[in-house]
Amino acid sequence: MLKDITLGQFFPGDTIVHNLDPRTKIIIVVLYIVALFSAQGVVTYGLMLLFLITCIRLSKVGAKAILNGMRPVVIILIFTGVLNLFYNTTGDVLVHWWVFTITTGGVRTAFFMVVRILMLISGTFLLTYTTSPIMLTDGLEDLLGPLKKLHVPIHELAMMMSIALRFIPTLIEETDKIMSAQKARGADFDSGNLVDKAKALIPLLVPLFVSAFRRADELATAMECRCYHGGEGRTRLKNLAYTKEDYMALGLGVGLTAVVMVLAMGFGV
Amino acid sequence: MEQKNIIEIKDVAFQYPDVPEGSSLVLDGVNLSIEQGSFVAILGHNGSGKSTLAKLMNAVYLPNRGTVSVDGMDTADETHLLDIRRTVGMVFQNPDNQIVANVAEEDVAFAPENLGVPSEEIRRRVDEALKIVGMSKYARHAPHLLSGGQKQRIAIAGVIAMLPRCIVLDEPTAMLDPIGREDVMRTITRLNRERGTTIVLITHHMDEAAQADRLVVMDQGKIIADGPPKQVFQQVELLKSVGLTVPETVGLLYQLRQGGVDVPLDALSVEECAQEIYRALA
Repeated sequence: MLKDITLGQFFPGDTIVHNLDPRTKIIIVVLYIVALFSAQGVVTYGLMLLFLITCIRLSKVGAKAILNGMRPVVIILIFTGVLNLFYNTTGDVLVHWWVFTITTGGVRTAFFMVVRILMLISGTFLLTYTTSPIMLTDGLEDLLGPLKKLHVPIHELAMMMSIALRFIPTLIEETDKIMSAQKARGADFDSGNLVDKAKALIPLLVPLFVSAFRRADELATAMECRCYHGGEGRTRLKNLAYTKEDYMALGLGVGLTAVVMVLAMGFGV
Repeated sequence: MEQKNIIEIKDVAFQYPDVPEGSSLVLDGVNLSIEQGSFVAILGHNGSGKSTLAKLMNAVYLPNRGTVSVDGMDTADETHLLDIRRTVGMVFQNPDNQIVANVAEEDVAFAPENLGVPSEEIRRRVDEALKIVGMSKYARHAPHLLSGGQKQRIAIAGVIAMLPRCIVLDEPTAMLDPIGREDVMRTITRLNRERGTTIVLITHHMDEAAQADRLVVMDQGKIIADGPPKQVFQQVELLKSVGLTVPETVGLLYQLRQGGVDVPLDALSVEECAQEIYRALA
């Protein structure tokens, strides 16, 4: 069950999507999200979908990996879908029963809302799938660099994020180990109602937290021993550099967003 | 003047903060000099203070009394902190808790990055460090997909990339399987023999300690024996009294001696041990 968590997973590869500068990819994802939220109808959503599918194909990340990432959000998707289905009451009435009314407008919004969330998740997952967490945080640190002047601790935040990502697999492994150990002594995580299940998690979370704190302490010492002293005067193994491909990709991203926004706002399609 | 001793510990006492008044010191009156280029093993039971002693060697802890100096620099002097840590690298027990990055080579690059080394130079150091520990093949692997021994060698590479003159290893093999242990030990001895890096190995494995040039035995915060392994292991009663066992070869010779057979106690390897028994019987 725990192996399904795909957050922060990275599939190494040597495709154009993998090799783009992380900053380019982050900017494109932000543009993509903006475009996605301004998309209105079949045409704009279609354009976005085409862009997304092209990117996925170029990255050679399997469709299965993308779909696997969707699993944890299924409940949110259903919830959003159902809520929108009933909340929007414009258009022709399709079904009317007691206090529930389903209209064409509701179906339309529900459908697009679900598609929007799916595309949003696929797009951001594609970013984490094709960019190593270190590159990702390096990119973020660089993009948010100007905020350092306002005394926002960007380097520290980036470091925290990359360490968190680094420890996800380690902690998952540990959780599995603790679970097995507790099951071996008769703990039951699978039966009972929601409250029972939540209660069963307490003896799992306590040792996990204790060990996480111990790990943090040891890691901090190890980092200090390797001369870590904050972001000042730090250099990098791989320096970020924009290439021709990056400028092309950025151009494409800006172009797409502009087209989608014009189409959506100007023509409502 | 060339500094002959890389680490100089003089009359050091140490106690952790927040312990009840009157409890005994973790370290009490420890004097120890580590010679440049030597391979020293520090042996001791749990709670003997050996890990604490290790952490004093690169200013993770500061002594309550006495001084620790690294290459002539006092560890209490904060202005030298980075230089001290660059001179004495440290490898810890749990490889998972000292790997910072998601990719092996990026982790190895962590220390030189912190030191502000230019990119090309980092690249060179990373490649070399990975080659030394025999992990070049795994440069782009994620650490959680490596075995314990491989992770520990990545951690060692991460320290090598700092170009330290001395590496302190705090029970680096305690969490490893026999194969991983052997790999790590081979890496350590090679570092010492081929590159002249000073090695301080904290351990409670006799067979690992036997590979060092010099053996320091600790108990209850004090050094109780210090000398070449062959010499230290002859003090069988002393070692047993502090809860340590001697290597099996020495143990066997000791038993034979108790039984009245005239054999020396300084045969550490199985070969030597067999030779001595053969000689005694002939």
